[in-house]
Amino acid sequence: MLPRPYRVLARRVDTRDTVTLELAPVRDRQAHRLAAPHGRSRPGQFNMLYAFGVGEVPISVSGDAADRGRLVHTIRSVGAVSEALCRLRPGDELGVRGPFGTAWPVAEAEGQDVVIVAGGIGLAPLRPALYHLLAQRERYGHVSLLYGARRPEEMLYVDELKRWRSRLDLDVLVTVDKATENWRGAVGFVTTLVRRAEMAAGSAVAMVCGPELMMRYAAAELLGRGMAAERVHVSLERNMKCGLGLCGHCQLGPSFVCRDGPVFSFASVRDLLQTPEV
Amino acid sequence: MIKDVSALLAAHPVFAGMASDRLDFVAGCGWNVQFLAGEAIFRFGEHADRFFMLRSGTVSIEIRPPTGPTHRIETLGAGEVLGWSWLYPPYTWQFDARAMTDVRATAFDGTCLRDKCEQDPSLGYELMKRFARVVTARLQATRLQLLDVYGTPG
Repeated sequence: MLPRPYRVLARRVDTRDTVTLELAPVRDRQAHRLAAPHGRSRPGQFNMLYAFGVGEVPISVSGDAADRGRLVHTIRSVGAVSEALCRLRPGDELGVRGPFGTAWPVAEAEGQDVVIVAGGIGLAPLRPALYHLLAQRERYGHVSLLYGARRPEEMLYVDELKRWRSRLDLDVLVTVDKATENWRGAVGFVTTLVRRAEMAAGSAVAMVCGPELMMRYAAAELLGRGMAAERVHVSLERNMKCGLGLCGHCQLGPSFVCRDGPVFSFASVRDLLQTPEV
Repeated sequence: MIKDVSALLAAHPVFAGMASDRLDFVAGCGWNVQFLAGEAIFRFGEHADRFFMLRSGTVSIEIRPPTGPTHRIETLGAGEVLGWSWLYPPYTWQFDARAMTDVRATAFDGTCLRDKCEQDPSLGYELMKRFARVVTARLQATRLQLLDVYGTPG
């Protein structure tokens, strides 16, 4: 599966090390037509983004899956490839393969309360799910977004968070580990928000994304509220290379994260997450 | 008044499921209080003779270094318990607590409760178990907060 050429339409700096890129397919120079349109992604899926001459990395789609005209990815600079991607400017080109992997269970969650728990850049893969829930708001019960970041200035999508907070049909609880002097919000780890979330724990569905330690403890809090592990979903990150479940780099026990994940029920990965070096 | 506080206690997660005679017993040491936004609830070093069951509003736990700005360590909201320095010697507050918004709470006289626990060790054991859960959960959350799990890998 070859990467398709895409061009950066817009670039927004989210935090000191994170940018959001809007992408569109470039015109095929020989056939004088647009490259084949990107397959429609489902919330939670990822693409392999190729920085030409540097390498390819898996990055979750962070835009609205219903928007077919452009792809949106939020990228944190943590290595050579992601750093090269973060340096791209409008007009620059990159390669895109995908979409790959499993999605957040937005259809299964219909009729139920939904709790979204995000930590740090983990809000990016969850944003498409939230867009979906808000677009189909009448199909869901109580919806809560619980978001934790290290510091106020490291929070993603601040303007959107403000808009979401102003909605009457969505609870948005935000906390930071370290407060600055003028921060007026909550201080504490994101797991402390779980006990404040309004939900019918027996039937609610949770979608959790962030550092693995954060997901483990957030899931424990959700289970402590009475949720079944099958109804808690987490998005995992491993060394994904092919995206097709062929190369084996992202193997996690019996699963390949690129093909069988990245979204798993917590029940199916709970034991693996506690096993060293898996 | 005791019945009012008993009803509030029964609905509070920390006291949920406690026998009604014990709730009445604990409620006998409690009274309702309010704090305005910005008001100090207690200060580091003061005698810790009470705890608070928060019913509404947000409280900030803070530490003031000799110089520089105050550090906000944690915030607590409705349904949470504020203060456990009343439980153990030297019975002095280890941090400052300040109302970030208008706060409604039920305050409990720690000396009164400790006396009742001494008289009735079974009640004392039940209260200690319930507070130990609160303290453990708070300690675990603080450890995770200190871990800085959102830091840049590598």
